[in-house]
Amino acid sequence: MISIEEYKIVESLEEAYKLNQSRSNQIIGGMCWVKMQNKSVHTAIDMSNLGLDTIEEFDDCFKIGAMTTLRALETNERIMEFFGNGISESLCHIVGVQFRNCATVGASVFMRFPFSDVVTALLALDAQVQLHQKGIVSLEDFAKMPFDRDILTHIILKKQNIKMKYLSLRNSYTDFPVLAVAVSQTENGVQACVGARPQRAELVKDQGNILANGITKETAKEFAEFAANALSFGTNPRGSAEYRKHLCKVLVCRGLLALNGDDENEN
Amino acid sequence: MRIKMNLNGKPLESDASADMVLLDFLREHECYSVKRGCETSNCGLCTVLVDDKPILSCSYPLARANGKSVTTLEGLQDEAKEFGGFMADEGAEQCGFCSPGFIMNVLAMVNEFENPTDSEILNFLSGNMCRCTGYEGQLRAIKKYLAFKGAEK
Ligand SMILES: Cc1cc2nc3c(=O)[nH]c(=O)nc-3n(C[C@H](O)[C@H](O)[C@H](O)COP(=O)(O)OP(=O)(O)OC[C@H]3O[C@@H](n4cnc5c(N)ncnc54)[C@H](O)[C@@H]3O)c2cc1C
Ligand code: FES
Ligand code: FES
Repeated sequence: MISIEEYKIVESLEEAYKLNQSRSNQIIGGMCWVKMQNKSVHTAIDMSNLGLDTIEEFDDCFKIGAMTTLRALETNERIMEFFGNGISESLCHIVGVQFRNCATVGASVFMRFPFSDVVTALLALDAQVQLHQKGIVSLEDFAKMPFDRDILTHIILKKQNIKMKYLSLRNSYTDFPVLAVAVSQTENGVQACVGARPQRAELVKDQGNILANGITKETAKEFAEFAANALSFGTNPRGSAEYRKHLCKVLVCRGLLALNGDDENEN
Repeated sequence: MRIKMNLNGKPLESDASADMVLLDFLREHECYSVKRGCETSNCGLCTVLVDDKPILSCSYPLARANGKSVTTLEGLQDEAKEFGGFMADEGAEQCGFCSPGFIMNVLAMVNEFENPTDSEILNFLSGNMCRCTGYEGQLRAIKKYLAFKGAEK
């Protein structure tokens, strides 16, 4: 269990950042993950008083504060109107409503878990990440960066003409995903993001223009094959690398057909 | 640290240690319906309402509940009794260990949804584990309870 000596509700991001530079201090998001650590923390850094728990809409983007709960993102009507139900679909299997009323978007993205539904969905939406010290970086780059002691303050979703579909396979309704897939049609073409491989989620773009003339059963299958070959997969108790690679082909293909409004059209 | 909250409709002020989660504080203040069923934020047994939202009290930092309103099953006796009747009629309960967290989340769902579909009900309650039953009786009880509440309006 985690033990905490001092619990500090900070007054500014700068204060949080300074405290976070010491290895004996730790930021507390929803605490759902950290509470399982066997660790003694000197100062727990609580950012709940910095107004970071809201989703703000601007002319060209949405800014999701790091302390926004997964549930608040899942049920945000403007986000749903804009991006469809893909984000909700990616979140609704995570443990339960009470859990999602606690766990935060910021921690979920910052941790870049190898089973992350959250990062998988947001990557397919070309999200950006705002860090206190490093500023704005694309989530695509952030997903590859090593851990450091910066603070994630916002997730930025640009308003663009985008469609996204989310699919995951789970051994039971609320278990970690065996594989998570988000496919999207953006202004720059079609892409597939595959997470829970179990490795950090990665984007595969249509570099070979397989889908340039549209998504059909054949091109969807071909692109799914290409994505599965471009990525690496691992084995854990939930599934083998081989099984995951097979799932990747099936789910990417289904996702593409669903993007096309072809939901019934399974491979 | 000093904690002030409204617990089940009554103001409460008390000292507590910095690493306390809400669950242990509530039990110290005689809310014994609030129980810990797991170490991994997974079972839903510890569900209470903070400012009317269902949360896991096993994972919720006590310091964050400062100034908020917290409701446990002890504060919703009439509602719990009413819904409990529907559970009993459906034989939905076996050992009953999961009930406090389950009932809290059902009451939270009724607050949030007017007329939930079966899949909305199942999704809302999927974070409440019950290791005795198959959830079928609970679903029947909830549907009858919702119909009863709807007719009351
Ligand atoms: C039982 C269980 C099942 C889960 N299942 C899934 C699943 O199926 N799919 C899925 O995608 N996820 C799953 N998760 C992960 C979950 O969604 C959250 O991502 C996780 O709980 C972390 O969120 P939190 O707010 O609780 O963070 P915390 O536990 O509070 O923090 C986690 C870490 O992030 C750091 N941190 C927090 N906020 C910031 C910030 N703003 N900037 C920098 N660092 C920060 C903390 O210091 C800490 O090291 C699961 C978690 C649990 C416990
Ligand atoms: S005790 Fe199991 S989720 Fe809180
Ligand atoms: S009735 Fe025994 S755990 Fe639910």
